[in-house]
Amino acid sequence: MLNEFDISALIVTLKLASVSTIILLLIGTPIAWWLSQTRFKFKVVFEAIIALPLVLPPTVLGFYLLITLGPNGPVGGMLESLGGVSIAFTFTGLVVGSVIYSMPFVVQPLQNSFSGIGRRPMEVAATLGASPLDRFFTVAVPLARSGFMTATVLGFAHTVGEFGVVLMIGGNIPGETGVLSIAIYDHVEAMEYSQAHWLSGGLLILSFIMLLFVYLFNRRFSIMRSGD
Amino acid sequence: MNKINLLSCFFVIYVLSTTHVAADVLRVAVASNFYPTMKLIAKRYELKTGGSSGQQHKVVLIPGSSGKHFAQIMNGAPFDVFFSADEERPRLLEKEGKAQTGTRYTYALGKLVLWSPIDGFIDSEGLVLNQKDFRYLAIANPKISPYGASAEEVLRSLRLWDNMQDRLVRGENITQTFQFVSSSNAKLGFVAYSQIQNPSFFLRGSFWEVPQSIYKPIQQQAILLKDSSIGKEFLSFVQSDESLSIISKSGYGLP
Repeated sequence: MLNEFDISALIVTLKLASVSTIILLLIGTPIAWWLSQTRFKFKVVFEAIIALPLVLPPTVLGFYLLITLGPNGPVGGMLESLGGVSIAFTFTGLVVGSVIYSMPFVVQPLQNSFSGIGRRPMEVAATLGASPLDRFFTVAVPLARSGFMTATVLGFAHTVGEFGVVLMIGGNIPGETGVLSIAIYDHVEAMEYSQAHWLSGGLLILSFIMLLFVYLFNRRFSIMRSGD
Repeated sequence: MNKINLLSCFFVIYVLSTTHVAADVLRVAVASNFYPTMKLIAKRYELKTGGSSGQQHKVVLIPGSSGKHFAQIMNGAPFDVFFSADEERPRLLEKEGKAQTGTRYTYALGKLVLWSPIDGFIDSEGLVLNQKDFRYLAIANPKISPYGASAEEVLRSLRLWDNMQDRLVRGENITQTFQFVSSSNAKLGFVAYSQIQNPSFFLRGSFWEVPQSIYKPIQQQAILLKDSSIGKEFLSFVQSDESLSIISKSGYGLP
């Protein structure tokens, strides 16, 4: 049924998705907050940049990453001259790729929720003497929890489904950069269709459950809010 | 422009684009590694047919991995001829009745080289593999790529396979393996000789042509999928002296 590479691919994939989602939430939250609050004239430029991975083929991103991270590329060259090692073909490299690739799936739902709060709750909290940071954590975050829920699940699920980027910068090293989507691709290529079916079917069900969870949660949340 | 105008505009474009290819079109699924060579051959073929009959034949090439092409053909992809990177898949298609029996033949022998973009890094006997002065060695995935399987065979013959494991990075096909090396992310790698012979690629660095005594050259086979005169004509053109010289110049061995 599943061989040891499939199991290790499953573990690497879940690890990659978890690490990437945590980093995405840490980076994505301040970006989304800033985008939702700012009246900066060129805000749309940043919004467009963040949305780029939605429309670009992942292979474009992977190809650029491969070149940038390589010893002759700007980032790889800098790392190398600082005595560091190249991050292509490493788990770290995959995390960097995934964070860029899944960024819009985290930032956009968060930004929508933050915008949906409006200015009033924050202003009320301010008049009650709450500091900006306090206001953010005790007012904005709880009110935006459906956004956090959506962002977390979409960021995680989208990273699990990633293919083009890891294909380009991963190198398919078992236990390090060999992920589930590539294991499926390899089974199809090797004409091992029954194993491909097992993994694909599993991924299909997992993805469905994750999305179902998001929609259920958001529905309950909106019913709760309308009942307030 | 209003909606109806826009729609009719699309309709006209659609009609133009479909009627244009209604003539004799041959769809050829070709292994990625042979794609640059096949482009040259197809162009010659088109020119040739255009001269004699007046009705120019059009060859549409679909590059891709042979495993993917195999899966597509098994599920009814509209290809006329299949140029695989190996001999196993055409043989299976023949057995499954998805191809014309008796049309299968070896069109080229794939040769393996160890290549690095760094000048003088690779010696004429491949001893660089023993010195291990590199972090990554790129190979194609042996499980799915015949060039990868050959690379594994070479490393096993040299008794280096086991202790090379932590240095190996695997491309999903030989094209991607080439990319790993040409972008210097891997210092060296086993690629196809045809890739470094490709005229659109300016050869740099150093390479070792792996002797055929330590691996079996890759039998790249072709097979006719749908019975048609144009398909047969094209297959025999690929076996003509004119094509054979292109194949040989592209860095392949001749069967």
